[in-house]
Amino acid sequence: MELTAESIVFLIMSAITLGGGLLVVSARNLFHAGLYLMVALLGVAGLFVLLAAPFLAGVQVVVYIGAIAILIILAIMLTPSVTQLPAIFNRQWVLNLALAAFLFVLLVSVVSPIMGDLGVDDWGADFTEENPADVPADSIVKLGEDLVDPDKYMLPFEVASVLLMAALIGAVLLVSPGKTKTDEGDED
Amino acid sequence: MTGLLQDIGFSRDLAVLIAKAVGVIVVAVFGLLWTLLGIWLERKWAARFQDRVGPNRVGPFGLIQTVADTVKILLKEDIMNRGVDRWVFNAAPILSVLAVTLIWAVVPFSAAWIGTDLNIGVLYLLAVGSLGTVAVIMAGWGSNNKYALLAAFRAVAQLVSYEVPMVLSLLVPVLLSGSMSTQEIVRQQHIWYVFAVPLTMLIFLISSQAETGRGPFDLLEAESELVSGFHIEYSGMKFGMFYVAEFLHAFTVGVLTAILFLGGWKGPFAEDVAILGFFYLLIKSLFAYWVLVWVRMTLPRVRIDHLLDFNWKFLVPVGLANLLVVAFVWKLIPDTDQINSFGDAVVPTLALLLVNVAMFLVIGALLADRGRRERARIQARVAGTDLPVETVAGAGD
Repeated sequence: MELTAESIVFLIMSAITLGGGLLVVSARNLFHAGLYLMVALLGVAGLFVLLAAPFLAGVQVVVYIGAIAILIILAIMLTPSVTQLPAIFNRQWVLNLALAAFLFVLLVSVVSPIMGDLGVDDWGADFTEENPADVPADSIVKLGEDLVDPDKYMLPFEVASVLLMAALIGAVLLVSPGKTKTDEGDED
Repeated sequence: MTGLLQDIGFSRDLAVLIAKAVGVIVVAVFGLLWTLLGIWLERKWAARFQDRVGPNRVGPFGLIQTVADTVKILLKEDIMNRGVDRWVFNAAPILSVLAVTLIWAVVPFSAAWIGTDLNIGVLYLLAVGSLGTVAVIMAGWGSNNKYALLAAFRAVAQLVSYEVPMVLSLLVPVLLSGSMSTQEIVRQQHIWYVFAVPLTMLIFLISSQAETGRGPFDLLEAESELVSGFHIEYSGMKFGMFYVAEFLHAFTVGVLTAILFLGGWKGPFAEDVAILGFFYLLIKSLFAYWVLVWVRMTLPRVRIDHLLDFNWKFLVPVGLANLLVVAFVWKLIPDTDQINSFGDAVVPTLALLLVNVAMFLVIGALLADRGRRERARIQARVAGTDLPVETVAGAGD
C-alpha cells in the first residue's frame, strides 16, 4: 500500500488506539488504566474523523470520554487500595486472550464476506478529497432524518431511549431513601 | 495563503498543512495574548464592582500589571511534592489550557475568518469542553492531596451535571438555524436569537458560568473550605496555566454567547469588511463577558447540595420544557426553513418571543410560589411551631 497522508494518519490513530488498549489491560495502576482508556477512545474518535464521520467522532468524545470514562475513573477513585495491584492478580488473562482472539476471528469472518455489500471493494483505494468515496455531503442531516424515520431506525432509537430511562429510574430507586427516613430531604 | 505557498513550489497537500498549522498558531496565540489584556480588564471591572480602584501602578492605568505578574509567575519555583503521580500531575494543566484553546478553532471571527468551519461545530464545543473535566480529575488525583481529591469529586459532579442544561440550551440555536456549524448559526441570525429565545440564553449563561467554575458556582476552588481546591498543590506556571485556562474559558463563554445569541460578527457592513465583523464580535463578546463578571462579583457562593438541586430540579426541567416548547412552536410557524432576510425572520421571532414571555411568567409564578412557601416554613420554624425541622440531610456531599 502506498504511504499517503491518510494512511499515515490511520497508522498513527491505530497505534494510539491499540497502544492505549494494551496499556489499559497491562497498567498496574487502575487510575492510569482509566486514563489510557480515554487515550484509546480518543484514537477511535480520530479514526471516525478519518472516515469522514465527524459527528460520530464528536459523539465518541462527548459520550465515551466525557461521560463514561469519567464515571469509570470516579468509580476507580472511590475503590480503596486498587491503585497498586500485585504483579499478577489471577490467571484469567489466558482465558481472556483466547476469548479476544476468538471474537476477532468472528468479527473478521462475519464482516469480510459482506465487504462488497458495504461498498468496500478495493482496500488499497485512496481516500482523498478528490475521491471522497460514497460519503453523503450532508451526513448529519441524513443521520438525523433516518433516526426518526419510522421505516428505518425509529424503533431501535426509541427502544434504546426506553432502556436508558429504565436504567435511570432504577438508579434513582436504588439510592432513594427508604420509608424510614423522611421523604422531604431535599429542602434545607 | 495556500495558493501563495503553492506558487513558491510546495505541493498542494503540504501547502494546506502549512496554512492550517499557521492558522492554528495564530488563533491559539491570539487567545493567549488576549488573556494578558483580558485579565487586566477583568480585575478593573471586579474592582469597580467592589468599590476599589484595581491595578493602577504598573504602566498607564496599570495596563501592564499582567505582564509583570506573568514574569513573576514564570520565575517562581516549580514545587512538586513527593508522592505526586508525576505524569498525571504534569499533564493536567496542559490539558486544561488545551481544552479551552481548542474551542477557538470553531470561533467565526468574521464572515471570512474562521479556524475550521466544522459542520459539527456545536458538538465539537461540547466534546473539547468535556476534556476540561478530565483535566480537573487528573489534577485532583495527581496531587496526592485529600483536599484536591475532594475538590475534584465536587468539581466533576458540578461539571458533568451542568453540561446537561448547557446541551439543552445549545440545541435551540441549532434547531433555529438548522445547522451545527458555528458560522452557519451566525449567518442565520438575521435577527439575533436573543430576541427570539431569551430564556435559552439565560439557561446557557447560567450553565456555562457553572462550567467555568466561576462565582456563584466557584465550588471548584472554594478558598474558605477547600483551600483553592483541585489545584492546591500547583505552583508557578503550572498554577498559572490553570488560571489562564479559567480566565480564557470565561471569556470564551462570552464569545460563544455572542456567536450563538447576539449575532456573532453581524453588524453594518460586516459582510464586506472582514475587520469590522471582528470588532463587532469583540464588542458583543465583551458585553456578554462583562455580564458574567458582574454576576461573579455580585452573588455569594452557593452550597454544593443547593448547587446540584438547582441544576437537576430547576435548570434541567426548565431546559427540557424550553426545548420542547420552542421546537413545537418552530414547527407551527410556516416556512421556517427559508429564512433568508430580516423580513422573513420578523414573524417567527415575534412568535417565539411571545412564547418566551409566557414561559418566563409561568416560571416566575412557580418560583414566587416556592419562595412564599419557603418563607412561611422558615417563619414557622422561627416561631417555634415547627421545631423538628429536617436538619441538613445530605448537606455537604
